Amino acid sequence: MDKKIFDMGPIDIAWCPGCGDYGILNAVKQTMAELEIPPERFVIVSGIGQAAKLPHYMKSNFFNGLHGRAIPPATAIKITNPDLVVIAESGDGDIYGEGGNHFLHAMRRNPDITVIVHDNMVYGLTKGQASPTSREGFKTPVQVEGVILKPFNPIAVAIANGASFVARASITDIPGTVKILKAAIQHKGFSLVDLFQPCVTFNKLNTYQWFKDNTYYLEDSYDPHNKVEAFKRALEEDKLPLGIFYVEERKTFEENNMAYEEDKTPLYKRNVDLKKLSNLIDSMRKD
Amino acid sequence: MKDDLSVVLCGEAGQGIQTVERFLTRVLKFDGFNVYATKEYMSRVRGGFNSTEIRVSSKNVKAFVNRIDILVTLKKGAVNHLKDRVDDHTVILGEASNVDDGYKFIEVPFTKIATEIGDRIFSNTVAVGTLSAIIGVDFKTLEKYLEEFFSRKGKDVVDKNIQAAKRGFEIGEGLVKEGKIKVEIKKDPNVKDDLLIDGASAIGLGAIAGGCNFISSYPMTPSTGILTFLAEHAKEFGIVAEQAEDEISAVNMAIGAWYAGSRAMVTTAGGGFALMVEGMSLAGMIESPLVVNLGQRPAPATGLPTRTEQGDLLFALYSGHGEFPKILLAPGTLEDAFYLTQKAFYFADKFQVPVIILSDQYLVDSYYNISNLEVPKVQPQKFIVETTKDYKRYQLVENGISPRGIPGGEGLVDVDSDEHDESGHITEDLDIRVKMVEKRLKKFDAIRAEIIPPEFIGPKDYQTLVVGWGSTYPMIREAVENVGDKKMAFLYFKQVYPIHPDAKKYLQSAKKRIIIENNATSQFGQLLKLETGIDFDKKILKYNGMPFSVEELISRLKEGR
Ligand SMILES: Cc1ncc(C[n+]2csc(CCOP(=O)(O)OP(=O)(O)O)c2C)c(N)n1
Ligand code: SF4
Ligand SMILES: [Mg+2]
Repeated sequence: MDKKIFDMGPIDIAWCPGCGDYGILNAVKQTMAELEIPPERFVIVSGIGQAAKLPHYMKSNFFNGLHGRAIPPATAIKITNPDLVVIAESGDGDIYGEGGNHFLHAMRRNPDITVIVHDNMVYGLTKGQASPTSREGFKTPVQVEGVILKPFNPIAVAIANGASFVARASITDIPGTVKILKAAIQHKGFSLVDLFQPCVTFNKLNTYQWFKDNTYYLEDSYDPHNKVEAFKRALEEDKLPLGIFYVEERKTFEENNMAYEEDKTPLYKRNVDLKKLSNLIDSMRKD
Repeated sequence: MKDDLSVVLCGEAGQGIQTVERFLTRVLKFDGFNVYATKEYMSRVRGGFNSTEIRVSSKNVKAFVNRIDILVTLKKGAVNHLKDRVDDHTVILGEASNVDDGYKFIEVPFTKIATEIGDRIFSNTVAVGTLSAIIGVDFKTLEKYLEEFFSRKGKDVVDKNIQAAKRGFEIGEGLVKEGKIKVEIKKDPNVKDDLLIDGASAIGLGAIAGGCNFISSYPMTPSTGILTFLAEHAKEFGIVAEQAEDEISAVNMAIGAWYAGSRAMVTTAGGGFALMVEGMSLAGMIESPLVVNLGQRPAPATGLPTRTEQGDLLFALYSGHGEFPKILLAPGTLEDAFYLTQKAFYFADKFQVPVIILSDQYLVDSYYNISNLEVPKVQPQKFIVETTKDYKRYQLVENGISPRGIPGGEGLVDVDSDEHDESGHITEDLDIRVKMVEKRLKKFDAIRAEIIPPEFIGPKDYQTLVVGWGSTYPMIREAVENVGDKKMAFLYFKQVYPIHPDAKKYLQSAKKRIIIENNATSQFGQLLKLETGIDFDKKILKYNGMPFSVEELISRLKEGR
């Protein structure tokens, strides 16, 4: 499939020139093309932020909801229509900050969705405040003397908390990112891709060069099925590993759900069993 | 005594009041008695005082009364707990150790008898036996009920329960014979086949009838019962029933579910709804259907978790930042709880707006026998269109209601919480902004054409008009019918927003207007004034966490007449 099928034609894009988000847009289009998934077959669910605008810039079904709330609708969309490929895509502030509780519990539920987090270590849209992943010492108009909070470690949290696919990528390497995104979408279950994205306007600390200098790929011999090992690697901080940290085969939210136990018809196609309802009401006469 | 009896059971949480209530109400119904029950309980799992009122009558009653004809006490302090409702005519039944000092009572040794049979646990059954005899139940009905209820537990348990019931029954017969208690309640053979359900089940059944196949919620009294009802029937009806991590997630899930083609609902109380408010606004902007059951309880904040109030009407009305249409419904009977919940799904889907069902603890927890809930003959209408390549989610159409497609078809379905153009893409074009605001608000016209009219009860040439909404309906109705004023009528609103245009006409025709609400500021009165310009002459308000009783309303309606 040619990734041009996702092109929107001439549109006004709200991203700064040089922003890492362009690379991500490219990588996502490339991924969907390589996986042969046309625009009608998938939904991108996003929150609010610069990252969250991505679906406006490629042909797709999309649900651009509220700040922090990409994951709950994505979960519901997938279980309503399991034939759709569902991607939740938003910023680090959106998913890890405002939406932190959903992030924690969705991975326990294990819906078959892919969560792509544009991790620029800053709040872009609101002009440069610290995000949960900002490094200590990072100065902003709010964190005037630099961030004093420990950075959130999404990879370690996800591994510890039951995510069934955990990966980190950096858009400084587009082909490498596409490879990871493909595996994430193909994984059946909750997939997290924490995706490093330089914000050229508000983050002068974590630049393209910084991401290149401070990351490396997990070696080819690395086995992503060992949870303890994965956790160890997730805690590395001097240089941040990229690649697939952890994979686990587990039943998905959709597969486990009672609603699909007796009937595989997707929810959106279902009718009410009026006969059963009558029977239920009648049974209450005897109860 | 009379043909309308109020029996109250009082004890501590976990003592078996619920068992007695369950057995007695079922046995009464199976024997052909009209029965009503409501409970009053504290927010704790053990201890304290809980009570249940069971009203048995020759007529089909659905309202809470204050008076207690028979009080069964299961714990010392129970009579004092209810002292405002106990008077000389109240017959107190119980063991001496459970009766507070200074009250006349009839000693019935429930526990002693139970122990003789083999276990204290049978004391509940003894009590059911005594009460059954007093009311006039055929012992065979009681026997048959116990047989069926305990059949799974084996013959010994069945026999002992029947023995316990029999011993209790004999005591009851004795009391009647000695003339200590006189009851003459007529049976109605039709009642045997009635339904005996509570408000939570009526809402749950209404949701299923409305095509609900997705519920995401976070537990909160008084609405948890609706979540558990749908969870209990999830497998049978293919419903996704998910306990979300918080109410914010619950509402955002529900909206996502509608987007992809589910019919979704959330159920919560005021405190949870406060967290869901962003979802109201999201539904307003992306024009998503949404059904919310808002079970009101006394607030602010955590308030009185297990009590009742109609305090969230204006909160619900103004919930969600920005301007967009919404619909508020307020059932007053079990039948309305069923039909309105069903209707909520129709409204939400047809107009692409959020619909809130304003229930409350009183409605959700009370129950009585009703003859039927009519299951629709045809499938609930789905207002979803097939999309084509050129599909635009927010196509500007005459009535503002753009055809709603779901993802998976030929076209792309794009929705955005930012202001958007017809295709759903983000825009800051101010002309489009104006068009979209107007489009969203235009939906009000279509909504107004289908407002459920208020129910008018009483003489056409009324002089005094009493207005109420939601769960107070049965008490107001019974009070107005018994106040002894031939020129008094009652107007009951089950849709409280938008308000039916007839409201003004009804209000204008009255010489005196009285509003009755379970809140402190007459929220519906304020809303009616806003919509019609007409004020009320008298406001009867109650906000101590308890429902109105019929007697209280009668006396307050008489005041100043
Ligand atoms: C409830 C709510 N709070 C705050 C905001 C303002 N807001 C919009 S985006 C954003 C943070 C954006 O940061 P991030 O999610 O990292 O996305 P980025 O712009 O960096 O891609 C904030 C605070 C909002 N839209 N909604
Ligand atoms: S502010 Fe940063 S993240 Fe946003 S578009 Fe500009 S460079 Fe990209
Ligand atoms: Mg960011």
